[in-house]
Amino acid sequence: MKNEPRMIEVRKNVLKANDVIAHALRDRFRAAGVFVVSLVSSPGSGKTAFLEKTLTLLRQNYSVAALVGDLATENDAVRLARSQAPVKQIVTGTVCHLEAAMVEKALADWDLDQLDFLFVENVGNLVCPSSYDLGENLRIVLMSVTEGEDKPLKYPTIFNSADAGVITKIDLAKVVEFDESAALANIQAVRPGMLVFTVSAKTGLGTENFLDYLRSRRAVSQENAIA
Amino acid sequence: MHELSIAMSIVEMAEEEAARQGGHVSAVHLKLGALSGVVKEALLSSYEMACEGTCLAGSHLIVEEIPIVMFCAPCNAQRAISSAQWFCCPECGSPSSDIVQGKELEVVALEILGEDVDDALPSRAVSEIAPCEMVGQKMIDLESRK
Repeated sequence: MKNEPRMIEVRKNVLKANDVIAHALRDRFRAAGVFVVSLVSSPGSGKTAFLEKTLTLLRQNYSVAALVGDLATENDAVRLARSQAPVKQIVTGTVCHLEAAMVEKALADWDLDQLDFLFVENVGNLVCPSSYDLGENLRIVLMSVTEGEDKPLKYPTIFNSADAGVITKIDLAKVVEFDESAALANIQAVRPGMLVFTVSAKTGLGTENFLDYLRSRRAVSQENAIA
Repeated sequence: MHELSIAMSIVEMAEEEAARQGGHVSAVHLKLGALSGVVKEALLSSYEMACEGTCLAGSHLIVEEIPIVMFCAPCNAQRAISSAQWFCCPECGSPSSDIVQGKELEVVALEILGEDVDDALPSRAVSEIAPCEMVGQKMIDLESRK
């Protein structure tokens, strides 16, 4: 019966190769005691400005660094370097998201033991990054007030895959008639219970609440690592 | 649009398995969760492209779509939800982000024609198996990083 196909059971996660590297990265981060935060959002939502503000404030008391993914330019790394924190650009070429192997390669010559926080800014894209584990402790999804309140409903998968949300450019809320309660309700619809911070990188509004959150999550992760 | 790289991973996995089993892959069965971040239609057209020039050329990708299932604590039950825009229990209305199912992106099975390489394929086609074994080697290298 050579013309009858045999059924062979496989049961393998398609992203296994990525997940294996992500798990190894997570072990390495834990061993080094560095807390890793990734940022995802659409292009232009203010990830880089928000990260620059975060790095500038955190580095007063912590050792911080950042990796930043971009399709073509190194502009974001140049901007982030103004924070005085070590920054490395990952130019992805035509790839629309970061993968664990890219993070691993970028960190190959870094001494992670020296770091308290490492930030990984993904390529601006609300679709593809949701599928790829980068070994991070926290994934933060950002949306700006200029994008419209229904962003979470349009991209539920990425909001669902994130640990916390940040609404950026809140200083522009009035001008663009942003309905904050509608946006918050939409986030809760796709990710019930998600913590959301409302911030302005320009005025600094709300950034301290976000930093408190990062500090407390880092403390919890360190306790767990010891226990 | 990351479906092409996903499709290429599927093809690599199937090639590796086919090299181990011997024979020709006629179909790949995939579980695709509604929260996997992968679009079925884009994946199907990418799959055809990814198969070109490999020993999977002409094979079919058979996708089983997996709905989202959440755990509802007040009901103490698993509930399927029909929309990724509304994570609330369809029975009691309670919100929940405890997801039990829906993130799958998994090759579950292959349909393989032929008992083994020598038996099933004409002799000139055996050389076509070689690249597949090399792909298999690469996958093993990745796994050894564990």
